[in-house]
Amino acid sequence: MIALLPRRGLAQILALIVILAVDRVVSPQFFDLRLQDGRLFGSLIDVLNRGTPVALLSLGMVLVIATRGIDLSVGAVMAICGAIAASLADSHGLPVVLAAALGAGLVCGLWNGFLVAVLGMQPIVATLILMVAGRGIAQLITEGRIVTFSSPDLVWLGNGSVLGLPVPVVIALGMLILTGAVVRGSALGLLIEATGGNARASELAGVGTRAMILAVYVWCGVCAALAGVIAAADIMGADANNAGLWLELDAILAVVIGGTSLFGGRFSLVLAVLGALIIQTMNTGILLSGYPPEFNLLVKAVVVLAVLLLQSPKFSGLAGIAARLRRTKA
Amino acid sequence: MKGLPPVLITAIVLVAGFALCAVQFPNIASTRVVGNLLTDNAFLGIVAAGMTFVIISGGIDLSVGSVIGFTTVFVALAIERWGVPPLVAFVAILALSAAFGAAMGAVIHVFDLPPFIVTLAGMFLARGASFLLSTESVPITAPVYSTVSDFALRMPGGGRLTSIAIIMLAIVIGGALLLHLTRFGANVYALGGSRTTASLMGVAVGKMTIKIYMLSSLLAGIAGIVFSFYTSAGYSLSAVGVELDSIAAVVIGGTLLTGGQGSVIGTFLGVLIQGMIQTYINFDGTLSSWWTKIATGVLLFAFIALQQGLVALARRPVRKSAGATT
Repeated sequence: MIALLPRRGLAQILALIVILAVDRVVSPQFFDLRLQDGRLFGSLIDVLNRGTPVALLSLGMVLVIATRGIDLSVGAVMAICGAIAASLADSHGLPVVLAAALGAGLVCGLWNGFLVAVLGMQPIVATLILMVAGRGIAQLITEGRIVTFSSPDLVWLGNGSVLGLPVPVVIALGMLILTGAVVRGSALGLLIEATGGNARASELAGVGTRAMILAVYVWCGVCAALAGVIAAADIMGADANNAGLWLELDAILAVVIGGTSLFGGRFSLVLAVLGALIIQTMNTGILLSGYPPEFNLLVKAVVVLAVLLLQSPKFSGLAGIAARLRRTKA
Repeated sequence: MKGLPPVLITAIVLVAGFALCAVQFPNIASTRVVGNLLTDNAFLGIVAAGMTFVIISGGIDLSVGSVIGFTTVFVALAIERWGVPPLVAFVAILALSAAFGAAMGAVIHVFDLPPFIVTLAGMFLARGASFLLSTESVPITAPVYSTVSDFALRMPGGGRLTSIAIIMLAIVIGGALLLHLTRFGANVYALGGSRTTASLMGVAVGKMTIKIYMLSSLLAGIAGIVFSFYTSAGYSLSAVGVELDSIAAVVIGGTLLTGGQGSVIGTFLGVLIQGMIQTYINFDGTLSSWWTKIATGVLLFAFIALQQGLVALARRPVRKSAGATT
């Protein structure tokens, strides 16, 4: 489990602390927690709860990005799986509903993985197909309506609590531990990083790069399916148009904030989830401060740029930029 | 097999699809429907023309939809609230969008970052800025708007070639000339073929990158003005997802997403195919609008698979590359 602990996560942890401090300033009750009906309430719990879908997505996305890929379809997969879960919820038991939704996510992941690993398509393009068509498929399932349900089991998945914590948070935590145990408890994580670092060299060294790529897209699909089920359970309905809309961007952003390079080759699960929490803490802070939520996008844009610039190999002080600009002009 | 075959296939798909539609609904084959198709997709055609340049050069621009949204809001507010003459507002917003694109290009080049993520930040920035300007739909009542909207060339058969359709056609033709007949166009292909080779052969890679993204954002600005003519309003949520539609049009038009091959005419045909699917669904009446997305997805897959096949054929003697190398 030592490998799970962030070794280079100081910047992210500091950023989270700073944002939390700012949130405390705009909203003095930010750190208040109270126990009611066996469940914790408060802004912090709210951050964890609201951050769950993006945290789950980032768990799958970080592995995909580690192989030098990207999955744009996760938002659409969320919509598909949420729609399936909502349409089955009132007629079938929870195991069937979950199996159907997660199975659909697995199939979506297989499709993406097949296009990238077997047909050799560029990941952006391959997953763009499902991103465009997926929302149409989700609407096909819901027949264009917002499907609502009242099955107490599924509702519990979105709104219940275990040991005082909301169920989604527990699920996300479980997935983090499960994913961490699988990829870091074995050589799998190393093989994934090798695939992203140099696919050709890894292939020659005996790594089954195709299997690795296929596996990460499948896992990404399953994580997206889980996020979709939770999102649907949260609002007790499936909205094919808006479920998971633009969340793929948030998930990529979370991974990037978590210090995982878009060029593949290294990744950190914990830091990706931390990135998702940083995004959600910012969102909640903006909401609490009374600024219009539209500020979110601007703040996010600034954060992406700042993180990118810090990550950029070319960013080594102003002198470096000036020198490069001079060369560009010449 | 340079460039031409994919475009030919796109053209065949368009003609065959149109023929199929016309067999089922004879009314589709009229200049009236074609005129409407051009008008409805005018802004998409303009944006996709710019996207073609970016993709041929090996990049991608996700910010175009947001730039359109920002443009419509800016133009509407400038004319209606701030009392700026429409022409001045147009010049201002075009300068602003060009500068925005140039800034993205500069960041991509100077810091050597993936265009995907930089333009993603640009997308957030432009959409956020348009929300800040106004979250409501602002109607535009300036007399210029009704004059321009009412202007149309009559086509034989009762069809109307509207002013915004004419602007789109002019930009497509201009874009094709720029891409195929100028040094700038040749450099775009060179960049997409191989950045290093292009640089060694004396292409100013930095300047070209900046210019290409500037062109894309400038065309997105023009598309935004056209969109505001089309809807006579400015709304911060307009043109959400247009970046995907335009990338789809570019791919269906036979442009290679890895860069180095493609054409503006192909993109134009790709836009027409998407418009045709939409028109067919409107005519049918029983099919729901989500079939557009599914059909576009299927076409996307078919064309990308076709490209993969062509590329694999061309590289046959070389050992197959493994998976996710971009």
